[in-house]
Amino acid sequence: MSLTLFNVILAVFIAICFVGANAAYLVWCERKGAGLFQRRPGPMENGPWGLLQPPVDGVKLMTKQLLIPGGVDKAIFMVAPVLAMFPALISFVTIPFSDNIVAHPIDVGVLMIFAFAALGGMSLLVAGWGSRNKYSMISSVRAVSQTVAYEIPLMITTITIVMISGSLNLSDIVQTQLGGFWSWNIWPLQKQVGFNLLMPVSFLILFVCSVAETNRAPFDLGEAESELVAGFHTEYSSMGFGLFFMGEYANIVIGACLTVILFLGGWACPVGDLGFFPFTHHVGWFLLKIYLIIFVFIWIRWTFPRTTIYGLLNLSWKYLIPISLFNLLLTAGLLKVF
Amino acid sequence: MTEPITLQQDETFVLNVGPQHPATHGVLRVKMTMDGEYIYNAETVLGYIHRMHEKMAENRTYPQYMPNMGRLDYLSAMSFNHGYALVVERACNIEVPERAEYIRVITVELNRIASHLVWLGAYVLDLGGFTPLMYCFDDREQILDLLEAVTGSRLTYCYFRFGGLYNDIDDDFITGTRAFIKRMRKELKMYAKLVTGNIILMKRLKGHGPVDQNMCQRYGATGPVARGSGINYDVRRNEPYSVYPEFDFEVPVYGEGDSYARYLVRMEEMEQSLRIIEQALDKLPDGPVNPKKKPKLIKPPPGDYYAAVETARGNFGIRMVSDGGKNAYRLKLRSPTYSNMHLFDEACRGMLIADALAFMGSLDLVIPEMDR
Repeated sequence: MSLTLFNVILAVFIAICFVGANAAYLVWCERKGAGLFQRRPGPMENGPWGLLQPPVDGVKLMTKQLLIPGGVDKAIFMVAPVLAMFPALISFVTIPFSDNIVAHPIDVGVLMIFAFAALGGMSLLVAGWGSRNKYSMISSVRAVSQTVAYEIPLMITTITIVMISGSLNLSDIVQTQLGGFWSWNIWPLQKQVGFNLLMPVSFLILFVCSVAETNRAPFDLGEAESELVAGFHTEYSSMGFGLFFMGEYANIVIGACLTVILFLGGWACPVGDLGFFPFTHHVGWFLLKIYLIIFVFIWIRWTFPRTTIYGLLNLSWKYLIPISLFNLLLTAGLLKVF
Repeated sequence: MTEPITLQQDETFVLNVGPQHPATHGVLRVKMTMDGEYIYNAETVLGYIHRMHEKMAENRTYPQYMPNMGRLDYLSAMSFNHGYALVVERACNIEVPERAEYIRVITVELNRIASHLVWLGAYVLDLGGFTPLMYCFDDREQILDLLEAVTGSRLTYCYFRFGGLYNDIDDDFITGTRAFIKRMRKELKMYAKLVTGNIILMKRLKGHGPVDQNMCQRYGATGPVARGSGINYDVRRNEPYSVYPEFDFEVPVYGEGDSYARYLVRMEEMEQSLRIIEQALDKLPDGPVNPKKKPKLIKPPPGDYYAAVETARGNFGIRMVSDGGKNAYRLKLRSPTYSNMHLFDEACRGMLIADALAFMGSLDLVIPEMDR
């Protein structure tokens, strides 16, 4: 199927552009957001409202020397940043932005995203191991145990949704929730979710897990700068660091997309079909929702202090996993009843 | 929380924290022998910015040594000014006018609040929260502006003179300080909501970094560290100096001995300092700020003199031995952080590195004061 192959290549190209632009301007948003929360203007020097800051940063990163410290495992050291970036890119292929904007709606889209997310976790391990730095080593051990701990509740919650919509295809999952917010999966009082009152809790679990999966504050133990200097990317400079950074923001976008698709009705208008309003189902709604979620990510990051590694693991193993398992069983039972 | 584990000595590695590390706030170095993320043993290494301040005192005249006091604890330089002025005034029997005493108290307490604000911001930064730092520095900026207008400098003050002050305060300072008190009360409520009540913060601080009374006494810890461990000792009240006995203020004491207790002590101290400043502004007498009669050349009679003040970090004592000359024969500085820091080696054994660094932050270390 050469046409499909062409489609995929085109999609990856578009995904790279989308991810690149997002990474660059999410950094800007993050800094502006931080400024908003911290009584300061944020970047203001380059361009109006500092809008030219991201390209300038990009040029700076690319023109810096990529320093490879002595004693590192060169091959592993070099492959880690790539490994951080590309799974996120590939995952965009299957994300439906609208009913007709999707690169390749494969039937196991959910599985694919999780497979590549796990690969992203690998990059942290590899970076920490290859750097031959004690801080990086501790950080990568932390990051991997964190990724493993949070992938489990994330997957269990996703399985709940998959049971409700009966498909692993992300487009189909959205198709079941088209309409106003009362037909989204987060809303408990509907037949579709079996009147399961725990659906908002489920959403919360998914949200917390995607914050933890992307190593964002307050779960940024992998790069806890006051303990581990810069964690797994301590030894990286230039674009090596840049790729980690872009990978992080790409993962944030993926996390937000997944949250929106699974629980918030994807590209559906929140108030349903108003009749006179032409954009009932539109990519704009999808983008609006993911950026709202990302704003909450930023908001959380600049408000809370960091947890500790045991607090983080306890939260996952003692609370999130049991609750999500219980919710899975409850949903299965309720779906059988209704 | 953390389960008690047996640490094994044969499976350790050494983690070199510092002298350039974000959590040590300066050039403190800690050699940590780690078993995984647990600390088996820690050894603090000092002296990276040792500048021989005590020896300098022997080579400078008494007034020439005053600027050195701003360079020890750069966050509460005013208290150190006060300590040195006190010891020389005691030695030479110089009377301080009442107005000068009141202004001294106002500036010292303003400086104490500024110091605690830096601690609060940096501490929450240690714990991973970046935003309170900006709020704290915003509030501290108000204090620095006030003090800059009066003293001429923003950080390393050299405002005190033997027997008085460099210059008098003006009406702008008084109205500005009153406005600041009003603002700060509101801000403290905001900090209580944003930081103190935060569940992550409480979980990270409560029960962590325990320091008991016995340990405080063995190491000579003072200030908020000792008061967080239930030792009710504050130089301002227990060995009163200046005009402190005329003010009504409380000394916050918590018995838990954990990081959270030390945190609360400092937060309440800010409130108490505001109270002291308010009272001092109300009672502020008129008059000169420098004594009419003052020896042209400071030459204390031979003898052994001591004065102690309460800085933001604890008891700062100066012992001065004079042989009747223009320079001190020997000047010994007993700085609070030096004693407080030494708790760290013993108390952090068996802690996780994250908790240990949170504990270190709660001791409020200022490295230049420790290395001197």
